[in-house]
Amino acid sequence: MRKVLMGNHALSYGAMLSRVQVIAAYPITPQTQVVELLSEMCAEKILDAQFIKVESEHSAMAACLGASLAGARTFTATSAQGLALMHELLHWASGGRLPVVLGNINRAMAPGWSIWTDQNDSLSQRDTGWMQFYCGSNQEVLDSVIQAFKVAEKLHIPAMIILDAFSLSHTYEIVDVPDQEKVDKFLPPFQPKFRLTPDEPHAFGGLTSPEHYFELRYKLQKDMEKAPALIEETGQEFEELFGRKLGLVDPYKCDDAEIILVTSGTTGYTARVAVDHFREKGLKVGNLRIRVLRPFPFEKVQSILSHAKKVAVIDRNISYGHHGIFYQEVKSALYGNSSVPVFGYITGLGGRDITLNTFQKIIEETQRNETPPERISWIGVKK
Amino acid sequence: MKKQQPTKKIIFHSEKEMPLAPYSLGSMLHNRTGAWRNIRPEINLENCIQCGICWKFCPDVAIYIENEYPVVDYTYCKGCGLCAEECPVKCITMVEEEK
Repeated sequence: MRKVLMGNHALSYGAMLSRVQVIAAYPITPQTQVVELLSEMCAEKILDAQFIKVESEHSAMAACLGASLAGARTFTATSAQGLALMHELLHWASGGRLPVVLGNINRAMAPGWSIWTDQNDSLSQRDTGWMQFYCGSNQEVLDSVIQAFKVAEKLHIPAMIILDAFSLSHTYEIVDVPDQEKVDKFLPPFQPKFRLTPDEPHAFGGLTSPEHYFELRYKLQKDMEKAPALIEETGQEFEELFGRKLGLVDPYKCDDAEIILVTSGTTGYTARVAVDHFREKGLKVGNLRIRVLRPFPFEKVQSILSHAKKVAVIDRNISYGHHGIFYQEVKSALYGNSSVPVFGYITGLGGRDITLNTFQKIIEETQRNETPPERISWIGVKK
Repeated sequence: MKKQQPTKKIIFHSEKEMPLAPYSLGSMLHNRTGAWRNIRPEINLENCIQCGICWKFCPDVAIYIENEYPVVDYTYCKGCGLCAEECPVKCITMVEEEK
């Protein structure tokens, strides 16, 4: 059924259709509506799940871990400071191999206190061992939740579904909400490889000496390396049933492009407007939207970008003392594989709008320079 | 409820044999945390009402039940004092360890 949904409610519907059994969450702007609607669904018995109210995000994730360990399909959602407060337990989820799915609404980190979008909150959690999916539309949000559960539960690795504050979370779009029956066919109940049950007591998370810790980490990485193929395969299976395709990356007019703009999140759709605008003027521009940052889609990024003459990476985030984080990721993927010059741009921090004009400046600067400048290019900063 | 019997230390020789997560690795049995203790719980069994609260609350499973009464396993007891705090008849006293 087609509905007009805000991004936050697309997350709720995704969780509902995935038949989550336990939800533990703490409200924070701009995430609140996600769990508000889920709590209503639980109260009205549309969704047969336990909704656990907690006193903090740290407790929310702790409750999710307990539930997941008992074998329940578990969901939570948060933003910025809330995600930061969960940090310790994000490691517990991945190290404990618990396939929790978390919706994170990208909100800039305080101070200065901000509720508007940028990616530093989720990117600060890049190395916690979670898969990260950056969404570009509300439909993609809903579809990603369902697919993420399937991938996460097969690999026993948790997954984060990430969407921009306001430009997606509070923006209404037409979303196809698939039939429950069809989703059930795609996503069977969670069959954990291990769990805690009173019938068969186990100790979980106990002391792990140097004798064994190293191997546990090796196993997590080895399973993470299986994720790219599984994400693609799951996306194809989803397409066969629902007619919508999602993969590791989402290229737009990249085949013959001389300049490829690399983006993530909703910035990708603005970039497409810029691509069409510049193509009308005769300039061959393309857009590569990176949907999955972890596991990093090395092969896709290498094969698509190495055909271009120039690559421009747009970061709505920064690693202070280095550069934009997607910029670093793309450069490291191309190193030794391609000599295409990669330009990095920082823009849109703290919810500053990224518009056609922003892309115009980026494309012009990329055209003007033969090689990337040593200094960071800030687009739109008031100097 | 019974006292933990010493078992052979679990050592995996290949990652392939290991569980995905730190799941029943048996490591705490070989981690003799009793050496951390500064104060020790002593139970006055004359006043004990056999409620089992100390056994239930002990975070290190260092209290076991023998002949229907609680016994502290000093090999593992860290001396946190939770049992003494929770005992409803206050028959557990925390006594300073001698150097």
